[in-house]
Amino acid sequence: MSKSIIRVEALHKSYVNGKNSLHVLKGLTMNIQEGEMVSIMGSSGSGKSTLLNVLGILDNYDAGSYHLDGIPITRMNETKAARYRNQYIGFVFQSFNLISFKNAVENVALPLYYQGVSRKKRNDLALEYLGRMGLREWAHHLPSELSGGQKQRLAIARALISKPKMILADEPTGALDSQTSREVMELLKEVNQTGIAMVIVTHENEIAAQTRRIIRLRDGIIESDEVNADFQTLPNT
Amino acid sequence: MFDQDRWQEIFSAIKQNKLRSALTAFGVFWGIFMLITMTGAGNGLVNGVTAGFKHFATNSAFVWTSNTTKPYKGFRQGRPWNFNNEDMATIRREVPGVDLLAPKLQGWNLNQGENVIRGLRTGAFNIVGEVPDFNRIDPNEMIYGRFINEMDVEQKRKVCVIGERVYEVLFDKDENPVGEYIRVSGVWFQVIGVARSLNPNVQIGGDKKELVSLPFSTMQQSFNYGNEVHFFGFTTKSGYSVSETADAVTRLLKVKHSVDPDDLEATGNFNVEEMAKTMNNMFLGINLLIWIVGIGTLVAGAVGVSNIMLVTVRERTKEIGIQRAIGARPWTIISQILTESVFLTTLAGFLGLALGTLILSAVSTGLKAAAATSEEPIFFQDLNIGLATALLALGVLVLTGFFAGLIPARKAVRVKPIEALRHE
Repeated sequence: MSKSIIRVEALHKSYVNGKNSLHVLKGLTMNIQEGEMVSIMGSSGSGKSTLLNVLGILDNYDAGSYHLDGIPITRMNETKAARYRNQYIGFVFQSFNLISFKNAVENVALPLYYQGVSRKKRNDLALEYLGRMGLREWAHHLPSELSGGQKQRLAIARALISKPKMILADEPTGALDSQTSREVMELLKEVNQTGIAMVIVTHENEIAAQTRRIIRLRDGIIESDEVNADFQTLPNT
Repeated sequence: MFDQDRWQEIFSAIKQNKLRSALTAFGVFWGIFMLITMTGAGNGLVNGVTAGFKHFATNSAFVWTSNTTKPYKGFRQGRPWNFNNEDMATIRREVPGVDLLAPKLQGWNLNQGENVIRGLRTGAFNIVGEVPDFNRIDPNEMIYGRFINEMDVEQKRKVCVIGERVYEVLFDKDENPVGEYIRVSGVWFQVIGVARSLNPNVQIGGDKKELVSLPFSTMQQSFNYGNEVHFFGFTTKSGYSVSETADAVTRLLKVKHSVDPDDLEATGNFNVEEMAKTMNNMFLGINLLIWIVGIGTLVAGAVGVSNIMLVTVRERTKEIGIQRAIGARPWTIISQILTESVFLTTLAGFLGLALGTLILSAVSTGLKAAAATSEEPIFFQDLNIGLATALLALGVLVLTGFFAGLIPARKAVRVKPIEALRHE
């Protein structure tokens, strides 16, 4: 019996813009277990990015409840939110979101800097994670000197270094060519194998097909939530 | 505060916009530079002006007579009159506020041609009669010998104290004049000292370097002034107002000499206390002006820094969003921006401070050199700012930087991380 890492019940979220109110999430309920690999699919405007933001404690929600690893996530101050993000969640973005003037090691070590880990210790650990991503010899290069795939691997190393319970990936392969995309997906799967839950937001079927479970959103509600039948039969393609 | 990552961010932010950062910093630099140089110049003016009279007794006044302008008690108007020795005694007796009282004689009628002679050397100098107390109102330092003392006055000794210029004309360089005799308007006097005034900018009865001072009583007798007193200076005891005392004295003397008490032209007086007050108010005004202008310039610079930080924050919105997504607390971001702002202002301000004091010191040195060769008094010297002012300026800078960074910092954390991440 595995523990649920994300438990969302009747989640509502509206964007209020002056007099206009846009109801984006209309009562979502879902449960993601520890160590699961889930993709969230949907066309643009379906609310998938909003959901990701709420799950990543980057945005608030209006009604319903959200438990992260059993902890109720309600409206909280930024300092607390920052601490939860730092401890529980690793982010992987479509546009990598690396700090341009910091080299690879420093980028990877950044989450530990915010935890107050000493410079030497966090840089040693960052080197270790870079090695795991096959980027050891690029440790002292700036992001601008790396290829797209290398940048994303760097971002994954950064997401992993604070030993999060789950990784939230927003279109992680959106900016990559298909060959590199496959490599990155392999890497994410490997990470998932170590027991870290993986939530991937994507609109590409190929990517979704590589996850164990697919949640499809449409107009702010869950259209379908099914175990990927192809997953077992088509591994590593 | 001093960890490497924070400084790395600061330098990268500054480096990304070298020109803009430099121009902004220049605003602060200029503000503090102006403040320092102007304060220094103001202090230089104060030092220069007060150096000429700071040893002068500020609780003093001088009183003299003029021809009457109103007929009174049977006397016609336009009558010349003089104070006399009895008046001095009366003042001492009847005006309680008077402390020192120094009657003076001014030998106008002795200034004919080359009136001072020693052997083949001659010069035209002013002759005055003094009492020792005058040296306490308008002090001299003695280059040779001593000043006139009580015994000189009492015994009407034929002695004299000469000014620097008189010494130069009548004596060889480095010659000791004490004990030598000079002839002053036909009468021989023994030189007892050479005086240099401590208040060279206050000229009473001619250039002080060209004075021959005789004991008051000797001068009265030798040059037929009878018991006349041409004018006198006095100081007040503490607790007495100089102007009130001067009024009391003139009222008394007018009654005694049958001069209309309402005849304001018949006496004149010069109130040093009033002058000093006026001067102090003027200096205060100058200082106030300097600080207003300086602080104003500094504020303009600070607004510049604040502005630039706002732009920086806007440009780095995405970066700040990333940092917050991966766990940077708002305080981390705020302190980052505040440090950057304070660093920029303090560095720029410190450079302004350094250059300002450098220029002050250079100008001071130049003025000192000029003063050494110039005959005229220079009303500017020792341009400086006190250590306290410098420290205050630095404190103001740090505060300025802090407040300049406050608005941008708050703005940076008010943006939700998600909006920051979306920002392109």
